[in-house]
Amino acid sequence: MHEDVIFALASGAGRAAVAVLRLSGRNTGAVVEVLAGRLPPPRHASLRRLRHGGELLDRALVLWFPGPASYTGEDSAELHLHGGPAILAGVAEALVAAGARPAEPGEFTRRAFLNGKLDLTAAEGIADLIAAETAGQRRQALRQAGGALASLYGDWTMRLTALLARQEAFIEFEEEDLPADLDDAVATAAAALRAEIAGHLADGGRGERLREGLHIAILGAPNAGKSSLLNALVGREAAIVSARAGTTRDVVEARLDLGGVPVTLADTAGLRDATDEIEVEGIRRARRRAEEADLLLLLFAADREPDAETLAWRRPEALVVLSKSDLGAALPGLGGLPVSARTGEGLPALRARLEAEALARAGATGETLLTRPRHRAALQDALAWLDTLPTAALPELRAEALRAALRAIGRITGRVGVEAVLDVVFGEFCIGK
Amino acid sequence: MFDTTCDVVVIGGGHAGCEAAAAAARCGAHTLLLTHRLETIGEMSCNPAIGGIGKGHLVREIDALDGLMARAADAAGIHFKLLNRSKGPAVRGPRAQADRRLYREAMQALLHATLGLDLLAEAAEDLLFDPAGRIIGVVTAAGRRIGAAAVVITTGTFLRGEIHIGERRIPAGRVDEAPSVGLADSLSRLGLPLARLKTGTPPRLDGRSIDWAGLEAELGDDPPEPLSWLTERIANRQVACAITATTPATHALIRANLHRSAVYGGRIAGTGPRYCPSIEDKVVRFAERQRHQIFLEPEGLEDDTVYPNGISTSLPEEIQAALIASIPGLERARIRRPGYAIEYDFVDPRSLLPTLELRTTPGLFLAGQINGTTGYEEAAAQGLMAGLNAACRAGGTDPDRILTRGEAYTGVLIDDLVLQGVTEPYRMLTARSEYRLALRADNAGLRLTDRGLAWGCVGADRAAQHARFKAAVADALARARSDGRTPAQYAAAGVAVNQDGRWRSALEVLALPALSPTDAERLFPWLPDLPPKVRAELEAQALYAPYLERQSAELRILEREEKLPIPSALDFTEVAGLSAEMRQRLATSRPATLGSAGRVPGITPAALAALAVHLRRAEVRFT
Repeated sequence: MHEDVIFALASGAGRAAVAVLRLSGRNTGAVVEVLAGRLPPPRHASLRRLRHGGELLDRALVLWFPGPASYTGEDSAELHLHGGPAILAGVAEALVAAGARPAEPGEFTRRAFLNGKLDLTAAEGIADLIAAETAGQRRQALRQAGGALASLYGDWTMRLTALLARQEAFIEFEEEDLPADLDDAVATAAAALRAEIAGHLADGGRGERLREGLHIAILGAPNAGKSSLLNALVGREAAIVSARAGTTRDVVEARLDLGGVPVTLADTAGLRDATDEIEVEGIRRARRRAEEADLLLLLFAADREPDAETLAWRRPEALVVLSKSDLGAALPGLGGLPVSARTGEGLPALRARLEAEALARAGATGETLLTRPRHRAALQDALAWLDTLPTAALPELRAEALRAALRAIGRITGRVGVEAVLDVVFGEFCIGK
Repeated sequence: MFDTTCDVVVIGGGHAGCEAAAAAARCGAHTLLLTHRLETIGEMSCNPAIGGIGKGHLVREIDALDGLMARAADAAGIHFKLLNRSKGPAVRGPRAQADRRLYREAMQALLHATLGLDLLAEAAEDLLFDPAGRIIGVVTAAGRRIGAAAVVITTGTFLRGEIHIGERRIPAGRVDEAPSVGLADSLSRLGLPLARLKTGTPPRLDGRSIDWAGLEAELGDDPPEPLSWLTERIANRQVACAITATTPATHALIRANLHRSAVYGGRIAGTGPRYCPSIEDKVVRFAERQRHQIFLEPEGLEDDTVYPNGISTSLPEEIQAALIASIPGLERARIRRPGYAIEYDFVDPRSLLPTLELRTTPGLFLAGQINGTTGYEEAAAQGLMAGLNAACRAGGTDPDRILTRGEAYTGVLIDDLVLQGVTEPYRMLTARSEYRLALRADNAGLRLTDRGLAWGCVGADRAAQHARFKAAVADALARARSDGRTPAQYAAAGVAVNQDGRWRSALEVLALPALSPTDAERLFPWLPDLPPKVRAELEAQALYAPYLERQSAELRILEREEKLPIPSALDFTEVAGLSAEMRQRLATSRPATLGSAGRVPGITPAALAALAVHLRRAEVRFT
């Protein structure tokens, strides 16, 4: 347990009816006693007067969570104060005077992790939960914080351990009459596990995209109405709009929530042969952004011939939009959604279409999804080792591949020791003389 | 104040004691081996075999450091077998069944031939310390006071040993030998953490009463492969074993009498080994099995006693007789000595340094079964290392003799013991090594003999043989790296490789399953001219190289952790973020590096992270 007591505002900043201060550390009980008199019974909300130097600071609800049955695993407490900056400042001052200090960002979760209350994936989930912007992100983070990933990886670890144990038994106890089909059984079970991990990896990056957000870039010729469309979609004047071609020189970004998926929408410089040095750079950036985007919106103004520059960007992850539909008819052969930023025509349809696309690429489906590149790299490593199994000609080479796969998954959640393997060996087989 | 003095005293003449005494003497320390009876030095008190999978690796490592066990086993071996022959060289385990008497005689002869080593048939009764708590000598049962700079205790199961046969209990170390009570008392005065383990042994049979004709014979390898690399050929006549098995009648008999077994009757508290279960254990834990295999192993050429491997038991004698009679081939077999379980004290090896020296008592070393291991080989490997380090203490300032996990199974063994402690008698298994593909029984010399030379424990004969072998392997490797063919040339020779135009060396293609030995010899005509051991070494390196290369990045990370030292004075309560439980586990095992902290049982990744942060911070502060 950490000696020093930390505290932080657990509710949002600003004026509110109630503000919750959280404390954690070995001396939390003593610190709370200085302010509130005696401690309330564990996990009961009690009304207490908080005082500092004889002065009444507030009448507050005090909760006392003795460790290890607390979020951080340490002695902890919560003070539910009346909202308002003056009260908060007074109580903070009193806490510092009693020996506590303001927490650093993430320090509560870090302590919970260090005290073994969370494994690495759960801790990452909590961090994501706090940073979640959309409902979809929140659901995913909640699942992870609740240990969904840990239990998925834990299950794989258990099965790999069992496979390795069978292989080890086969290596270690040659003279015993072990089942003759042991090697086949290992091969079959390993292939099934391999398929599951591959399936988990082949989620198209949905979980990571949901966590990090989806990138959509709007491309089109100068004055095709890209900035107007961005503003119409986000419902505010994010980008400057003018009739002059080439107004947008740099990439303008706006955030929006599409069906729970956080999306970064990028307006870019119009594509054309430019000579102006700044505009050339803007177009270079537009192209780069288009390359990196998860989805492209290709904009063609209805009152003009489609430009070759933008046409060249047509591909499966591009959506054709006909802007300024109030000024002309649909262009034959191009397809696409007619939209008018001025009249609002077609906007609901476009929004619905974008939401469907976003959900298809990053939706929270209720399954447990990969959320971090760190996990992906480790699982890819595990998969690469499992892939060597069918061609590994000797049992010790197969065991080596299984061990390496276990170590790779262990890098996500924790380590797997030899003892765990031996437990299975001796539990499952009657070996030894 | 002393009647006599020497550099190192070794107490105990078992497998650990013999290696410890010989190793200390080889390093130039004047060494005295104290034991109850000189005639029982080198006794094989359980099964008459040396080596096996994992254990054979240890024997070869002992041999590579010029220890005795492999040579004694070769001199006494009557049935040799390379286990796991169908698997790769990394997991093959050489094993020899030995004539019990010949083994004793060979071991005693090797000890007598060791310069600087004296043997004394007196029991050690007490230990002597200076006021600072450093060991300075021992007192024998005859009252002789012997001064020494270092003492190695290798008393096996003699500490509060108690034999169980059914309801009978006999205080003893081995059958017919007195337990060392005096020494146990002086050890208990040191306040060492003791716990109890048990192990067992099967009844011994009169070979003349076995119906050999009705049983399947098991022959040894022909020619036998010696355990020691100094042995040219095995001289003894070789004998066959036989295989039989328990029957449903055996199992019914055991179930009906379980309450009379010492273990199941609740008269034994110690934990037994899972990999060497008694027949009672096997019948209870694997109730669905209809038979359990038994190997009938002759104990000697002139001795017709037979060791029935696989039915260790602590049932009463009359039940053992009925049990034996229910087994095919043994219907009329006579029991010469009943099987028994033995319970004994061991010292929690977490109280030892990686030199096998007691953390709290400088100069006092423990090796062998007293540290919670089982097996002759495990004992001998510890004895060897304790002997080397004891000689260092006597010699003054030499650095500790320590083998790492990456270098040797001996390193794995000692690291496991001092860090993790034991919950059952510890036996070596290849599964325990994370560097299994690199630690082969047949490359023990290449791995360790240079270390042994630097430590001064390797004699001239082995040094010369090692130098020749090492040079021959280096030549062969150079040749296999420089001689190669293009894919087209391989294809023309009928060997399928990727037609990618890339030239491949002999070393690269030797491991390909598509390359038969005949094709290999046709492509590389120099191969058949290599001495067999050199060629085997080349092929093993070729086989495992791709795996070892793939792991090297990961191993480098491990090595870095392994090199991040934890100061021996570190107070774990000062490390932020360690729970009370983690602090206690770390304080008990006192890992020397971050890498070894990761192997302390129950240590969480979070605790390791906290420790790493603390150590890195400390590092920054000092640099």
